[in-house]
Amino acid sequence: MMQQEFTLSIFSENHVGLLNQITTVFTRRNLNIESLVTSESAIAGIHKFTIVVFSSREEIEKVARQIEKRIDVIKAFVLTEDEIIHQEIALYKVPTRTLLNGNEIEKLVRQYGARILEITEEYTVIEKTGHHKETQELFDKMDQYGVVQFTRSGRIAVTKAKAELLDNYLRKAELDKQELN
Amino acid sequence: MTGAEAVVRSLLNEGTEILFGYPGGAIMPVYDALYSFQKELHHVLARHEQGAVHAAQGYARVTGRVGVAIVTSGPGATNAVTGIADAMMDSTPLVIISGQVGSALLGSDAFQETDVVGVTQPITKWNFQVKKAEDIPYAIARAFYIARSGRPGPVLIDITKDAQFASFDYHYEPVRFIRSYRPTPKVEPEQIKAAARLINFARKPLALVGQGVILGNAEQELLDFLKKSGVPAAWTLLGLSAMPSDHPQNVGMLGMHGNYGPNIKTNDADLIIAIGMRFDDRVTGDLKNYATNAKVVHLEIDEAEINKNVHADVPVLGDVKQTLPLLTETISQGDHSAWMEEFRACDRIEHERIIREELAPSKKGMTMGEVIHKASKAFNDDAIMVTDVGQHQMMASRYFRFKQTRSVVTSGGLGTMGFGLPAAMGAKLGAPQRQVCLFVGDGGFQMTIQELGTIFQSKIPVKIVLLNNNFLGMVRQWQELFFDSRYASTELINPDFQTIAKGYHIETVKVTEREELDQAIAKMVAHEGAYLLEVVVEKEGNVFPMVPAGASVSDIRLE
Repeated sequence: MMQQEFTLSIFSENHVGLLNQITTVFTRRNLNIESLVTSESAIAGIHKFTIVVFSSREEIEKVARQIEKRIDVIKAFVLTEDEIIHQEIALYKVPTRTLLNGNEIEKLVRQYGARILEITEEYTVIEKTGHHKETQELFDKMDQYGVVQFTRSGRIAVTKAKAELLDNYLRKAELDKQELN
Repeated sequence: MTGAEAVVRSLLNEGTEILFGYPGGAIMPVYDALYSFQKELHHVLARHEQGAVHAAQGYARVTGRVGVAIVTSGPGATNAVTGIADAMMDSTPLVIISGQVGSALLGSDAFQETDVVGVTQPITKWNFQVKKAEDIPYAIARAFYIARSGRPGPVLIDITKDAQFASFDYHYEPVRFIRSYRPTPKVEPEQIKAAARLINFARKPLALVGQGVILGNAEQELLDFLKKSGVPAAWTLLGLSAMPSDHPQNVGMLGMHGNYGPNIKTNDADLIIAIGMRFDDRVTGDLKNYATNAKVVHLEIDEAEINKNVHADVPVLGDVKQTLPLLTETISQGDHSAWMEEFRACDRIEHERIIREELAPSKKGMTMGEVIHKASKAFNDDAIMVTDVGQHQMMASRYFRFKQTRSVVTSGGLGTMGFGLPAAMGAKLGAPQRQVCLFVGDGGFQMTIQELGTIFQSKIPVKIVLLNNNFLGMVRQWQELFFDSRYASTELINPDFQTIAKGYHIETVKVTEREELDQAIAKMVAHEGAYLLEVVVEKEGNVFPMVPAGASVSDIRLE
């Protein structure tokens, strides 16, 4: 079974407990979640989960259908890397004296298009947005000079498709509802 | 009105007539409200919350309505877990109402507090905790809608004690639409056409009939389809009684202990037509060697089941009540008599090698098969067969005859021992005009034996046939076949079931000799009230045929 990176874009009603309901589908199949971001979507009352996982196409389709079985989940879209534009943020905390001791870190910041978020006497916080590979590369290079703390956000993504997938779906749901009445 | 009264009124608004349950501190306000509605809503007091939930399942299975059970917090709710999981696996519509500690105490490890919403999340279609009285009507309306729509299943509503006590202005509105929930997919005409094409061209088609036909009330539609297509049809354990046992195209039961023909012919088939079944591993055996020469048409309401276990060449999404008649209309008249004859040849082999000796044994000890066969003949055509879990369950599925739909109540997906006795109670209350015959083993019987108390107190006239071999039979069979007959912890030193039944004031008799059997069965059937017929069967009887675990259906063993 060919393992591939998939990004799942899941929309649900904004209710308590949804996160657990979604993640247990992965747990049951022993799938490790690489990254998970959840926040309000552009539509009021609808929540969005962006989950990155390594799996086979066959398995991830089954996972998506099982996630959609949860009553409050509206839709789960399975996307590959070439179908999305994605980004993540990383924060690097370095001691300010290493910054002042030479200009290596300053060079890295310039080279990687990162920015200085905060400078205090003790520490400096550098921020970089980009793909996982890029933020990792910067970390590896900067860690030679000593990164005191490092954190990365999960991946957020928008699709390359012209229409908003969810809008189509909600419109159809609205039509179905009207048909009922 | 109070939240507690709102619970009762909401249940009545949803057409509830019977509920099963067991009171406790956190659910007392609701029980107090029930006390004022005894004429409208009949509450059956079980002896254990597991019994209450299984009873609700039995009720739901024979009526097609939503079964309702009500339990208290903490241990009451956790006792209900097994039944809820069972209903989830077998797609039975249930609404479980659990009491919960006051909302101010939530999360504080209060007395009899359990995170029942967390515990039951994986085993319910939906669950919800109500902390405000005004949420009660909507929660219950939503619960019923979800439980009964699409692929049915259990729903749990957890209501805090303060919500039960609080007062509010009651207004009830049933739920008919949930934006994020599409219970029944729209039928795609293209899928019907593609399926019909495959059916018309198939030379060795085999239909697999599952519970979907019964859940969709599509028994007549199935008969029409079979008549026009001429296709041989095998049923799953949960599809039993979807068509009559003696239907000319019925070729028997699928599965690990099903009939020889349907199993061994599966890999000869060139088309599998799966109707409301989910390709459970007990039916398919080794998936790599399942339906190896066949294309698959899968009629199914739950999208997640398509391609889950078996690849569907043509999925036909929708309720079989809608899709079957469309399919019947589109296909041409078919005749597969030669192919059908191959199944009959297998039947003859199975009859010679297994069935004859099982139903009319030459040996001294009584077999489960012969008891079940005699019982089946003694009951009416519309009798309901309920089973517990184990060897007797497989024997009963093989040898009891069904004429009418919704005649079988058995625990399939979860295989819960102890299911039988309480489920039989629920079934009888759901179909009081039909006879209910329960087959149960000495193992399973003792798991929920306390429900004899409910049967006595509520005067429920179920007929219980206890097949006693003093063993945990199915496990012992596996130990004999695969573990060198090392009978680790499967021998049961049993109590005197006669004394126990008499203690519960239930009429009973014990049969140890073949000659006593016919008369004892006749007495049981004729008796007005509940009856326990204990039959001592041979100690080491085995159920055959058998597809060993992990083996291919083609490797089905006759001994």
